[in-house]
Amino acid sequence: MNGPARVAGDGTRRRRPVSPMRVVIRIFLWVVALGWLVPLLLPLYASLRPYAETAADGYFSLPRTLNFDYYVQAWRGGNLPTHFLNTLLIAVPAVLLTLFFASFVAFLISRRRLPGGKVLLILFTAGNLLPQQVVLTPVYLMYTKLPLPWWMSWPSELVYDSYWGIIAIHVAFQTGFCVFVLSNYMDTIPRELIEAATVDGAGVWRQYWQVILPLARPALGALGTLEFAWIYNDFLWAVVLMSTGDKLPVTSALNNLRAVYFTDYNLLAAGSILVALPTLIVFFVLQRQFVSGLTLGANKG
Amino acid sequence: MNPIPTVPPVDLPPAPDGPGPPTRRSRQHRRRRRRVGRFTPRDIAVIGLLLGVPLLLDLALIWGPALASIGLSFTSWNGISEIKPVGLDNYVNIVSNYPPFWPAVRHNLIWLAFLGLVATPFGLFLAVLLDREMRFTRFYQTAFYLPVVLSLAVVGFIAQLIFSRDYGAANAILGRTDNPVDWLGDPSINLWSVLLLVGWRHVGYVMLLYLAGLKAVDPSLKEAAAIDGAGEVQTFFRVVFPTLRPVNVIVLVITVIEGLRAFDIVYAINRGRNGLELLSVLVTDNIVGEASRIGYGSAIAVILLLISTGFIAVYLVQVFRRDEA
Repeated sequence: MNGPARVAGDGTRRRRPVSPMRVVIRIFLWVVALGWLVPLLLPLYASLRPYAETAADGYFSLPRTLNFDYYVQAWRGGNLPTHFLNTLLIAVPAVLLTLFFASFVAFLISRRRLPGGKVLLILFTAGNLLPQQVVLTPVYLMYTKLPLPWWMSWPSELVYDSYWGIIAIHVAFQTGFCVFVLSNYMDTIPRELIEAATVDGAGVWRQYWQVILPLARPALGALGTLEFAWIYNDFLWAVVLMSTGDKLPVTSALNNLRAVYFTDYNLLAAGSILVALPTLIVFFVLQRQFVSGLTLGANKG
Repeated sequence: MNPIPTVPPVDLPPAPDGPGPPTRRSRQHRRRRRRVGRFTPRDIAVIGLLLGVPLLLDLALIWGPALASIGLSFTSWNGISEIKPVGLDNYVNIVSNYPPFWPAVRHNLIWLAFLGLVATPFGLFLAVLLDREMRFTRFYQTAFYLPVVLSLAVVGFIAQLIFSRDYGAANAILGRTDNPVDWLGDPSINLWSVLLLVGWRHVGYVMLLYLAGLKAVDPSLKEAAAIDGAGEVQTFFRVVFPTLRPVNVIVLVITVIEGLRAFDIVYAINRGRNGLELLSVLVTDNIVGEASRIGYGSAIAVILLLISTGFIAVYLVQVFRRDEA
């Protein structure tokens, strides 16, 4: 991950005795990091305890009973497996399409210097900055008017209440951010590589698919993690643009759990932890790629 | 780290290569552009499709609707009846006669200021520390980043576990169980309770982005500054920070997005009422709510748009400056 010069620098640093400043920094980091974990451990702890107990003793108390009952209840009662599947049906295509389109557009803007590329970059990124509520009404109206064949959208036969519509709005919004990050990243890829490919007779598609895409993989991995978390966690679009309860993604379904068992926060804690698990797993799997992939072309100075 | 370890030797016909002074380099670029920039019909078809689709989505689902919202903001409409133009009535009404409006503006601005002036610098500070600290760095990174992957709705729920008046952890830790503080119910403090958690999530984000940027800074820059006798703080602000400009822009973008789009967390806590009003909540209430005052809601959305336009302008300036550099 680090260049050779860096490793050497740290080698010499480690041989020196630990300075008092360093001890202070280390203690500070430990305290802050543990403090950071407390709000995460609290729901974990609450989810293992019966409601009657936390209601009597408060959430910050020693346990009398610990079990996984709430997880079973949330999994079954909240119908979580269905909603997890719904989320995957939305998030996976949306992330892949976003990365695919964004990387191609970024390639055109950054490495092929497409005429008007700057305007495109602004159009995409500024669009990403617009607050979602600004486009809410027109998108809703458009979706309720646009028909889709029954095999694409059942039972509404409209873009409204279909995964196609949700995926489209996610791709439209997220492409902007990804184009911005990826064009920054691709600025560090030597243009000579593209020129060599052109001399070899490669068209735009092969330059993109065989030269640029493999080199952009770290950035794509990092962005993929981020985008997956964002789209997975979306709450607004699914609530506004879907109506069939069984088709809702898992974050919105969490609300159902609250509606039915509105007082039982411990059940909700178990549900939240189950819902958060996939994004945590994606993060742990891709963590190594994450920091190196988000380099963002900062080394250009 | 540069994604490409070494540049493979490339046969470049006549171009005089090697880094030259800027003027010569830009001339080279222009010449290359002429040579590489030709597109075959097949290329144009590929570009037409793969640029056309995202562009169409962007225009049809973001820019078109944004313009339509601006249009609707000058009308009175409940979604069913005739659309009736009312000129500036909605705006006048909102500014002078809509009690939650000014609190919402204030909360949005406090939100932005808190993220920009407290959470973001703290994230940067942590990144700088982590960049120097090699031991346990994976643990720290994980601890700081974990909140980021949680949905704001879940964070809203965590808020209740911590800040609940009767059995929340905050009152228990502070020993205020006899005279409990209503962290989320008291409109004079609940915004700050929420911001504490929003900041908790934002810091991890910023930390990771800056850490990625710092890892990419050429260490010889720092060494050179150290040889010149610059202190650590001086080195950071004079040498390292300026090279982080691309990251700064991205952090700014994310901070603004988070600040102005904030919605889920307050909606999960109390539907954005009683001290937690935000512009995004007011828009949603008017449009989606029972009243279905679409023209009115759109006008609030346009006001939100105007606030964000200021920040978008900052971003545009950055993009153009990057082009000149």
